[in-house]
Amino acid sequence: MDATAGSNPWLNIGIFAAFVVVTLVIVFRASRNNRTAADYYAAGRSFTGPQNGTAIAGDYLSAASFLGICGAIAVNGYDGFLYSIGFLVAWLVALLLVAELLRNTGRFTMADVLSFRLKQRPVRIAAATTTLVVCFFYLLAQMAGAGALVSLLLGIPDKVGQGVVIAVVGALMIIYVLVGGMKGTTWVQIIKAVLLVAGAAVMTVWVLALHGFSLSALLDHAVATAGNPAILNPGLQYGASDASRLDFLSLGLALVLGTAALPHVLMRFYTVPTAKEARRSVVWAIWLIGIFYVFTLVLGYGAAALIGPEAIKAAPGGVNAAAPLLAFELGGPLLLGLISAIAFATILAVVAGLTITAAASYAHDIYANVLKKGKAEPGTEVRVARRTVVVIGIVAIVGGVLANGQNVAFLVALAFAVAASANLPTIVYSLFWKRFTTRGALWSMYVGLASAILLIVFSPVVSGSPTSMFPDAHFAWWPLSNPGIVSIPLAFLVGAVVTLTAKPTEDPAKQSEMEVRSLTGIGAEGAVRH
Amino acid sequence: MGDEAPTSVAEKDVDFVGIQHSDRFQNLKKRHRSFVFPVLALALLWYFAYVLLAGYAPEFMSTPVFGSINVGLLIGLAQVLTTFVVTMLYVWYAGKKLDPVAEEIREDAARATAGEVR
Repeated sequence: MDATAGSNPWLNIGIFAAFVVVTLVIVFRASRNNRTAADYYAAGRSFTGPQNGTAIAGDYLSAASFLGICGAIAVNGYDGFLYSIGFLVAWLVALLLVAELLRNTGRFTMADVLSFRLKQRPVRIAAATTTLVVCFFYLLAQMAGAGALVSLLLGIPDKVGQGVVIAVVGALMIIYVLVGGMKGTTWVQIIKAVLLVAGAAVMTVWVLALHGFSLSALLDHAVATAGNPAILNPGLQYGASDASRLDFLSLGLALVLGTAALPHVLMRFYTVPTAKEARRSVVWAIWLIGIFYVFTLVLGYGAAALIGPEAIKAAPGGVNAAAPLLAFELGGPLLLGLISAIAFATILAVVAGLTITAAASYAHDIYANVLKKGKAEPGTEVRVARRTVVVIGIVAIVGGVLANGQNVAFLVALAFAVAASANLPTIVYSLFWKRFTTRGALWSMYVGLASAILLIVFSPVVSGSPTSMFPDAHFAWWPLSNPGIVSIPLAFLVGAVVTLTAKPTEDPAKQSEMEVRSLTGIGAEGAVRH
Repeated sequence: MGDEAPTSVAEKDVDFVGIQHSDRFQNLKKRHRSFVFPVLALALLWYFAYVLLAGYAPEFMSTPVFGSINVGLLIGLAQVLTTFVVTMLYVWYAGKKLDPVAEEIREDAARATAGEVR
């Protein structure tokens, strides 16, 4: 049972190249109308709800969801399932509290909404900072996943060769985003989402068919192969001690509150013409994502049953290789090639989405609104955004080479924790709390960001355990690997306390305008007509 | 150009403070909040009950129900189901109770500003 030896690297490369060619053609065609900021950042607000919902699913079902969760379930059994439930329930926060109100009040970035009725410059700087940090963590996770895939599929075991392939993926992504802008990125995500959900569906039906369409029989088989009945029960990964149970809770909190604060998810709501379409987007996304996570449950246990946790851990690419290995076991080199090409496409699409978000945040919030005080020459903002894309692409490549080998689901969980701590309190307060002030926003964002990052730095993720980034260093005095349980409540609390202890100096008329606009959609920008 | 939305010119003339204090808007706000806050609170409570059970009551979650399918798996799948149910419930509620009011307010505001400009 050796998928690396059995697979055909040229077949894998061929299938992936076909995907790249098809999507590049589409991106070039879509890029004809990319003149204004609304075109470049928000695809002219011309996507429909179902299209955008599919793209959101494409953006959200990252390599972490596909490779990471399948692997986590295959190796740790039930505890891997918790990730997917948290990732899904989180969408209710986005649907009920954020999506429509955000679409009605903002134009391009998260900072548009947060600075609407507060002081522009400081709030924009803070929001852009948290946006860039969250995007960076998320990018790192995706690029780390790329390294794992490369080693498995192309039979490149050495880190230098993998680094070269990561660089190629990064360069391709830069081309997509430079040429296609948000429209091109969205189409890549739509195509990828359809392929991913279809591919997972085929494999799910296949795995179930091998077990007489009985989930119970599949679970029995998984237990038999793993030689461990505990993979069906919670606690294999997180049940060892009090600290690890608390870690589980902390992770759960970060997952469920992080989604509605992810800048690249929020930005997708601006690509539709109305709040109602934003709602339809979320509904489509929830259905696609929910169904997909049920598939990953079957695929994860399927990999445990047909390959076995020990064999997966020993494979090149480790835990992240469970889904590709399962594809090989089921359909040989061809299915492995298809699934791997889809996984590569996933990384490409998600990285593209993150990059355009980070670039928009820098160009729109920092350059145009802070440095140029809102008086940037028309056209220069988009030019700055394009240059930022190249810089971020290079950062992503370097980071990906360095993060190569880390578990991707886990890295993404950290991005969620940072987003939930730094962004969510301010988003919720500024949409729903009349008295909320600039001071409250700034304190909440910076305290949330700093506490989340400091706790990660001093956690076992970074030092002190064999799986750490620096296994030989020992400065891990904080026992939990996810900071959410402290940093999220802290950020909410600080935002509230700081707001209540000072007199508001903001213009109440702006609060009226924001509240009325958020609920009614008066003055919201519609689709661009070319 | 197409960068500017057609409404943004008239936007400055909209009496946002007046609309905010109108009964109709207050009613819309109340309807929105009286749905999203309790429903979200319930959904999150249900989710955290699940996370806590998985963390602190693994024996209960490991109880087999039929075949090898245990309580934990069923509660997990129930989370997926309730997420779908809440989603569709909100779509129904928003379409029936929120959208028509929001549209009325929007149309009246457009009419009022058009009148002033003329």
